[in-house]
Amino acid sequence: MNWFERVREAIRKEEPLAVATVVRGPEAWLGAKWVVEPTGDGWGSVHPELDRRVQELAQRYLAIGHSGTVSLPTPEGEVEVYIETYVPAPLLIIVGGTHIGIALAAIAKVLGWRVYLVDPRRTFATPERFPHVDRLIHAWPDEVLPHLITARTAVAVLTHDPKLDDPAVIAALQSPAFYVGALGSRKTNARRLERLRRKGIPEETLARLHAPIGLNIGARTPEEIALSIMAEIVAEQSRLRQAARATVPEEVRP
Amino acid sequence: MREVLEAIERWKGRGEQVALATVVKVIGSAPRDVGAKMAVSSGGEMAGSVSGGCVEGAVFEIAQEVLRTGRPRLVRFGISDEMAWDVGLACGGTIEVFVEPLP
Repeated sequence: MNWFERVREAIRKEEPLAVATVVRGPEAWLGAKWVVEPTGDGWGSVHPELDRRVQELAQRYLAIGHSGTVSLPTPEGEVEVYIETYVPAPLLIIVGGTHIGIALAAIAKVLGWRVYLVDPRRTFATPERFPHVDRLIHAWPDEVLPHLITARTAVAVLTHDPKLDDPAVIAALQSPAFYVGALGSRKTNARRLERLRRKGIPEETLARLHAPIGLNIGARTPEEIALSIMAEIVAEQSRLRQAARATVPEEVRP
Repeated sequence: MREVLEAIERWKGRGEQVALATVVKVIGSAPRDVGAKMAVSSGGEMAGSVSGGCVEGAVFEIAQEVLRTGRPRLVRFGISDEMAWDVGLACGGTIEVFVEPLP
């Protein structure tokens, strides 16, 4: 398997992967590749002068999902290496097959997200209403969410029904999801927080909840509300990316 | 890469050679970020983009040359470039694009 076939496979299987390419340096080195597997293994054709340093940098970039070019000194002079990381598309889980959910699924797909819809009510979560989602899951949110969520998952809880919303919010807040939002007015949200407190959910966990959900853009229609939710999710994603980037030493920062 | 994969598979399926152009560095503001990709086939088709449309024509020509020679090239586009009159980026940024033949 060559490097391109491996990239194609990683994208298809939604596996993380990093590929380093020599883009500036001695003519004979140009285009040489080093592939870094999620397991920490590396393989390829970069000069032995470079492979260890490239491997280390690529693993660092892979951990934060960043791509960029770095300069590395070698006995042959300064060499520039471009490191590209392939990370699986982020996942949005929509809980509740509501009208806002339909618009939110469409917007998230345009932005390249994978989208799952979770709703035990079969009349709401139909393929006709949700042609864009990658998976329709007819189950109780608290039963399936813990198995689906990773640190690259955002959860939008939209049912407006406490017997579905509350378990979903609790499961999502206790998961590694990077974003959890729940629909409802300030009043609805205050009542929700009271119920969750009575169930013993600690304040620092409740503080993770984005509610009322969405950026304040004066949204009125379901489609505008969906836009405000997606905007808030993207804003949170950017904030975390900046924070992760700051953990990489400046001289090798992407 | 996702956005050009389908086209690449189609061209390779027809037995064509493919060159891949990648934005590897952005200085200042540019329409597309590091990692943006454009693929070019030996049959003269293209997919994807590396800018907002300002340098794609030039990249296409370079990709054809890379396919002929088999040798990758790093190309810089921007206001400081002597090609600025022809292919300058409207937003005033500088980008470096690496063009290589796919195996």
